[in-house]
Amino acid sequence: MTATHTPAPRTDPQDTAPAVPRERRRIWGTAGFHIGAGLLSALWLLPIALVLVTSVRSFDDVAAHGVGSLPHSFTLDGFRQAWVDGGQQRALINSLLVTVPTVLLSLLLASTAAFALSRYDVPLRRTLLLLMLGGNLLPPQILLVPVSRLSELLGLYDSLYALIGVQVGFGIGFYVFVLHGFMRSIPPEIQQAAVIDGAGPWQIYTRIILPLAKPAMAALSALSFTWIFNDLLWAITVLRTDSQMPITASLIGLQGQYVSMWNVIAAGSVIAAAPTVVVFLKFQRHFVAGLNLGAVK
Amino acid sequence: MAVLTAPRKETREHTAGRPPARKRATRVPPVVLAFVLVPLLAEAFWVFWPALQGFYLSFTKWDGVSAPEFVGLANFREMFGDAVFRTAALDTVIWLLLFGGLSAALGLGAALLLQQERRGVGFYRAALFLPVVFSLVATALVWQAMYQPDGLINKTLEAVGLSGLTHAWLADQDTALYAVIVPALWRQIGYVMVLYLAGLKGIDPVLYEAAKMDGATRLQQFRHITLPQLSSVNAVVLSVIVIDSLRSFDVVWALTRGGPYHSSELLSTYMYSTAFQSLRLGYGSALAVVIFVLAFGVIASYLVRAFREADA
Repeated sequence: MTATHTPAPRTDPQDTAPAVPRERRRIWGTAGFHIGAGLLSALWLLPIALVLVTSVRSFDDVAAHGVGSLPHSFTLDGFRQAWVDGGQQRALINSLLVTVPTVLLSLLLASTAAFALSRYDVPLRRTLLLLMLGGNLLPPQILLVPVSRLSELLGLYDSLYALIGVQVGFGIGFYVFVLHGFMRSIPPEIQQAAVIDGAGPWQIYTRIILPLAKPAMAALSALSFTWIFNDLLWAITVLRTDSQMPITASLIGLQGQYVSMWNVIAAGSVIAAAPTVVVFLKFQRHFVAGLNLGAVK
Repeated sequence: MAVLTAPRKETREHTAGRPPARKRATRVPPVVLAFVLVPLLAEAFWVFWPALQGFYLSFTKWDGVSAPEFVGLANFREMFGDAVFRTAALDTVIWLLLFGGLSAALGLGAALLLQQERRGVGFYRAALFLPVVFSLVATALVWQAMYQPDGLINKTLEAVGLSGLTHAWLADQDTALYAVIVPALWRQIGYVMVLYLAGLKGIDPVLYEAAKMDGATRLQQFRHITLPQLSSVNAVVLSVIVIDSLRSFDVVWALTRGGPYHSSELLSTYMYSTAFQSLRLGYGSALAVVIFVLAFGVIASYLVRAFREADA
């Protein structure tokens, strides 16, 4: 780990050091930086590379040479087994059936609440905002038993609806908090102009505030997509049947079903990670902004 | 009819003291009330109401089939004599200190290393950040392959002549917990780095210029400028880490399920297996209350901070 890289002074008239050694020091500094950061990145990417390699090896190859060896074969058999025999196709569909509606629904609900709380004098505005955030900060463990019970009472136990319901309810607080902070910074004059033109709250929300809050909404969608898609705890709490399970739970099933068949398990991991990696690569900027929106304000 | 201004600090008294015409102007339209109430009810239904039930259930003995039987504090008393609970509590503390401390320190280190905009830095940042988008389950399985007796870690140890250290990392009671922390760290550090990068970007470069004029060394600059300027990010990172630590479940569940012999058991995994595998729903709820109490201090301080922000 190198010391802090303070912004390098580009022109510093008071610095009388001769130009040549300083230039050389800069080159060495750059080289050192790239070596250090490059090694660190390589270390970070190594496990990912290992999984990608393992996923295209044959079982016999892994069994003969070990998971840690270089590949001696190339086959997509692991993917076929995970996808078809391991039930990951179904699981991936389940995951998307839960994730997409949950993201849309929670952002719709959160954005209306944030709009109302940030633009209107709703009674107990601040208390409501913090109450909602507080719900999201609760450790989910305290909710597990009652939520599984509740979904049973509603006849939703072991159905994806229960998962959508609890994910929406649990996530809303955080999204409201973030969107509230964002919408509050929209200048009131814009809204005033609309009111003078006779726009009601619904029109103000759909035509003005929502379009202006687009960056925050994009950031939150990317973020919540990965959170909900990656969830395991809620899924195994309200679901029971294998054919209902999302991809995370299915991956654990795969691990039990294909013990030490590392090519299949690695292929399964690749399948389970692919959608969130795609979302990340597509919305990288929004994604990173989203993490900061929530935390550093 | 609608309120025009963004919310200011308006107390009831102010509103009451206004002339009637203005008061009518500040009345909140029913649609707007619905905008708040519908999401609030959704959250109340799936979160607040179950949470209250959770507290109640912690005072009961319940197998999930017959009616819950009220037993007062018996569940909490039982914890004192429960060796697994002690292990889980201790492991949770170790997890908090190791996972939390290291992810904060290494995340800050990575942010310091990669803060400057220069060629290639985007790639390095993305490399460290990429694991953040993986599910902890996938992360866990990736590392499980690394930890195998014939996996990359043991092969590397053999290759560098340290074959004495090779190990069944996850099957050994002494190493299981630490072997589980590593993947969790691998995934968390990039996240903490992003938070710190944003914080570092917010520091006024003039401060460093001034310090350099005064002859401050890099270490002094770090200690007297960087760290104090990051205090608000530190508070956020701390809250995130503590809450994440107490919630940590997926990675342990996928790797060891708390074993072998509960050596990597966390309160969260113990709670889950007690409630849903041993079907002791009352005792499980009591364990959840313990997790809640531990988290509450952090949540409360986080909320106080949020309160101030909402106020500002």
